[in-house]
Amino acid sequence: MLTYTIRRLVLAVPTLLFISLAIFLLLELAPGDPMANQPLTIPEEVRQKMREALGLGQPWYIRYVKWLIQFFWIEPQVMVDHWFGTAFAEGKQRVLSWQTRSPVMDIVYQRIPQTLWVVGVAYVVAILIALPIGIYSAYRQYSAFDNAGTFISMIGFSIPPFFTGPLLIVIFAVQLEWLPSVYNTVHEVVDWPSFKIQLAQMALPVMVLALQITAQLNRFMRASTLDNLNQDYVRTARAKGLKERTVVLSHVVRNSMIPVVTVIALNVPNIFGGAIITEVIFKVNGIGQLLITWLFANDIPGVLTLTFIFAILIVIFNIIADVLYGLLDPRIRYD
Amino acid sequence: MKLKTLLLGAIATSALAPAAFAERGADGNVSIIYWQAPSILNPFLSGGTKDVESASMILEPLARYNETGALVPWLVEEVPTVGNGGVSEDLTQITWKISPGIKWSDGTDFTSADVKFTYEYCTHPEGGCAQLTKFEGVSSVETPDALTVVVNFEKATPNPYGPFVGGESPILQAAQFADCMGAKAPECTDANFGPIGTGAFVVTEFRPNDVITMKANENYRDPAKPAFATVTFKGGGSAEDSGRAVMETGEFDYGWNLQLAPDVIAKMAEGGKGTPVAGFGPLVERIMLNQTDPNPSLPEGERATATHPHPFLQEPAVYKAMSMAIDRPLLVEVGYGDAGNVTCNWVPAPAIFNSEAFDCSTQDIPGANAMLDEAGFVDTDGDGVREVNGVPMKILYQTSTNAVRQDFQALVKDWWSQIGIETELRNINASVFFGGDPGSPDTFQKFYADVQMYANTFNGTDPQSYLGNGLCDKAPRPDSQWQGENISRFCMPEFDALHAQLTETADIDARAKIGKELNDMLVSNGGMIPLVQRGRVSAHANTLGGVVLNVWDSELWNVADWHRVK
Amino acid sequence: MTDTTPQETYGALQDKEPQKPPQSQWREVWLQFRKHKGAVFGGGFLLFITLAVIFGPYIWTIDAQKLDIRAKDMRPIYVALWDGDAKTSWGHPFGTDQLGRDILANMLEGGRVSMAVGWLAMILTMFIGTFVGVVAGYFKRLDGVLMRFTDLVLSLPILPITLVAVTLFRQPLVASFGPEGGMFILIVGIIGVTSWMQTARIVRGEVLALKEREFVLAARSIGTNSAAMITRHLLPNVVSPIMVSATLGLAAAIITESALSFLGVGFPSDFPTWGKLLADAVSRMEAFPERVMLPGIAISLTVLSVNYLGDGLRDALDPRIRGR
Repeated sequence: MLTYTIRRLVLAVPTLLFISLAIFLLLELAPGDPMANQPLTIPEEVRQKMREALGLGQPWYIRYVKWLIQFFWIEPQVMVDHWFGTAFAEGKQRVLSWQTRSPVMDIVYQRIPQTLWVVGVAYVVAILIALPIGIYSAYRQYSAFDNAGTFISMIGFSIPPFFTGPLLIVIFAVQLEWLPSVYNTVHEVVDWPSFKIQLAQMALPVMVLALQITAQLNRFMRASTLDNLNQDYVRTARAKGLKERTVVLSHVVRNSMIPVVTVIALNVPNIFGGAIITEVIFKVNGIGQLLITWLFANDIPGVLTLTFIFAILIVIFNIIADVLYGLLDPRIRYD
Repeated sequence: MKLKTLLLGAIATSALAPAAFAERGADGNVSIIYWQAPSILNPFLSGGTKDVESASMILEPLARYNETGALVPWLVEEVPTVGNGGVSEDLTQITWKISPGIKWSDGTDFTSADVKFTYEYCTHPEGGCAQLTKFEGVSSVETPDALTVVVNFEKATPNPYGPFVGGESPILQAAQFADCMGAKAPECTDANFGPIGTGAFVVTEFRPNDVITMKANENYRDPAKPAFATVTFKGGGSAEDSGRAVMETGEFDYGWNLQLAPDVIAKMAEGGKGTPVAGFGPLVERIMLNQTDPNPSLPEGERATATHPHPFLQEPAVYKAMSMAIDRPLLVEVGYGDAGNVTCNWVPAPAIFNSEAFDCSTQDIPGANAMLDEAGFVDTDGDGVREVNGVPMKILYQTSTNAVRQDFQALVKDWWSQIGIETELRNINASVFFGGDPGSPDTFQKFYADVQMYANTFNGTDPQSYLGNGLCDKAPRPDSQWQGENISRFCMPEFDALHAQLTETADIDARAKIGKELNDMLVSNGGMIPLVQRGRVSAHANTLGGVVLNVWDSELWNVADWHRVK
Repeated sequence: MTDTTPQETYGALQDKEPQKPPQSQWREVWLQFRKHKGAVFGGGFLLFITLAVIFGPYIWTIDAQKLDIRAKDMRPIYVALWDGDAKTSWGHPFGTDQLGRDILANMLEGGRVSMAVGWLAMILTMFIGTFVGVVAGYFKRLDGVLMRFTDLVLSLPILPITLVAVTLFRQPLVASFGPEGGMFILIVGIIGVTSWMQTARIVRGEVLALKEREFVLAARSIGTNSAAMITRHLLPNVVSPIMVSATLGLAAAIITESALSFLGVGFPSDFPTWGKLLADAVSRMEAFPERVMLPGIAISLTVLSVNYLGDGLRDALDPRIRGR
């Protein structure tokens, strides 16, 4: 298992390099211009000068290699400087966003707290709701509870957030005036009242996201439990005279969790990636909103860095999921 | 400039509001929401409206336009003119006298050196300054003393109010930006995110693409202003969300540029917490007619170029009939309501430049049909589509993705089908459509369609360079990397000659006369079909006083006067 | 001579004749399927909605694109029940939109596109996902390459992919299939190519576990080749996660299509789909709730019935459940 993990980690490096090149080329190939958002009153000669100031005059491979050096060599130095107060990165060129002309990583650090608060909490809430419902739905298949659960999760899954978001705003912010519709990213939690404000401003986006994630997880949990309920070992366990509770909770659930844990682990990078539409609607302005803003602004260094961090997380959590799979299910052997 | 009842009402209320704000910072916090989030607070590095307007709360120009489009002195004693001797007789020099006692927010004096520095900063060849056109034709900037700035032009300049005038051309502090010249401009993140200015507010924290927090400037020239102690400037979301946050939930005091259908805004205003305000500038939504043939079977490099004229769009009967078939009042009602006026002109504002040569406010489908019949463009093969010299009148109509534009497309397609023209619709993501990527076939400059719809405008009150968008050599073509402002590839030697005459005329009435002639010439020769003069709609909370919507300058131009209505 | 009476045999061992006539496997499947009420209902509804969107426009003949600005903003007919003053008409039973287009006609027209995009993109997704998943799980040598490829596709942002695809392929596709057909193929292709990864990973996980089971060992010991192993032994056992992914995939495809139209890279604006009707109506949600509810309900019910149908089919196809 250990050698397998090490081998995967070593293999991840060339994979990631290849992914970064693929993302870079895709962004290069995509139509778009960082000057598209500038007003039409700015004439073309000025636009051309602005493009050159961004470094767009250079050929693509030079820009790619520059980015590689900045991301893999200079940015870690900046991080070390930040932690230990050293000065390795003094005066070196960091990865700069075209739109804000400032270091990309600084903005990313600024965005992480609100994304974790909202999307992270939504995932936790969804897992806590989805798993018990999924297990019970499977156990009492086609009961009223199961049917209601199926119905609600299908609605949750098939209604897009660009509808549920405004709907919740109209109900809770406009009509009832209970909750704010705009997330305040500079709000600081210092005591109990400010924590309550934080909870109130998180409530709507978390609701929208949790509905969607619950719908999805609940489906997988239910399907996986159903598969296991019909297995021979369950009959054996019952025949042994085990209590129904023990049969379900310690035999069925444990085995059904295997694919579900993988699904959850594979979804962790999505927490970091944020939720584009929900973040935009509630103005949470986390990583997801940053990505879509930069995509529309054709900010190649920004989008490249963000998607690449995302790729690193995907690769790492993929390895974690595979290792977990092997640990949870001893029948699987990788070596 | 025409203001509708809505706006008049709003101005009346704000004018009557008690102006009893004697103390700086007495009214607490004001919150502003822009659905496009500001990315940088240095308007010389980004010309986006969101960036220019957010920065205008901090950085100020020497003079700016007020809500009527008139120039008002801002950091200077008076606006220089030929009459008061501030502008030389030969129109090559303008002298600004800075008001004494103005301080930067860090407490140092505001001097002519800062003004000269701003000129040098923007015109640095490696800086990529977004406002370079403001300094076009400037040969030098001199500073005889600490409060005098002399701008010299290369040649007679009838409109010398380009440099240091308006929200796009504010003054930077020389001390702060001295090390940020040219290629180093983007490295000065701290300066670009927190410029020191002379405006009413100072940045406390700037989070790019998210939120700006500001506080009142301790060194602001009027000791009683601003009334607000702090500002929260939030960005992001959509126009719909910001309208809701101002007018329905009351979470924000001011919401910028609500590009929404009139019935949606009216419904939001029923929320009772805020009021929409509208103002009109020269922004015109228009249909551009391609003078060249965009047929995909033509080889790349010849497609949509002057080599192949359009098979039928240059026929006067065709473009006149297309314009007659359009019901402009209905378009205004559906798309803009009080924030739109019917216009037949390319330059509908300022008023002296607005031509009255055409009337297009009534739809005339029978007339349009008759005109086409008379020209001999009839349906010869019985498929309901007319033919011009054997070419069926089938056109591709493209625009950017936007709910109102898609409604317009549907309506126009319907009307054109009634005069025997078949229309295929297409909408393209705005960042591709307005992006100048020469590799993409979908940009508005390439114009690989027969007609396309978008809006354009100009800054300030002088349309000379805007009228230059009809010159033959400004047409986008392969050897110009598909760049250029003459999108319809309109080309008429008489037009070019008349425009050259405009650049040499100084008298404002004579300029207006030539401007109107240029406008008429382009419109009547099928360069474009103007549809709607679009206003700017924003909304403010009922408790926010002092808002005067200004379309000629930054919307936040008078933020120092904003106050809480008690 | 001894008379030996026939030994009494246990009743259970007697096997004189089959208790019921032999039936084909598919009849068994059908009988089992019929027992699942949800599935029958789901199948029935799906059939209804499919027929409605296919033949509906021939019965309800108002053109979905016909503008009638005088009859704009009509409410659906049921609003008249509680609000006698509402602008309603039997001529437009579901009302009209802000340009006076008939909403029922748009729903039918939009349903055609949404159903077609949903089904085709989902089938494409399932096909790619299952293929990659099974091959990666079964052939150890291909596992690494295929899973790294999955990582790559997973980390690519969909918007630039779409823009690139539109730039590269729109012109040739539109030239050969017309503006609507070309965009249809492009959009189905984009959705299919960008959403198979989840299915592939789940299927691979299941195959990895199945590979170690005794029946696979048994099959291998009698010399079953890889193709037969996959089609006969592995695929039938991964049907249930595929069914779940397929149900979710159909909903996701319908919604992704609407998000693409929303971002301006989808169908032309005069080409209604359920997702687009929903997205366009969100801004008028308070004044005209039916404009979001109708397409919303249509999408939900379709997804729901596909889900029940999937459940029923899985049960009916599983011989361990069948006959119990």
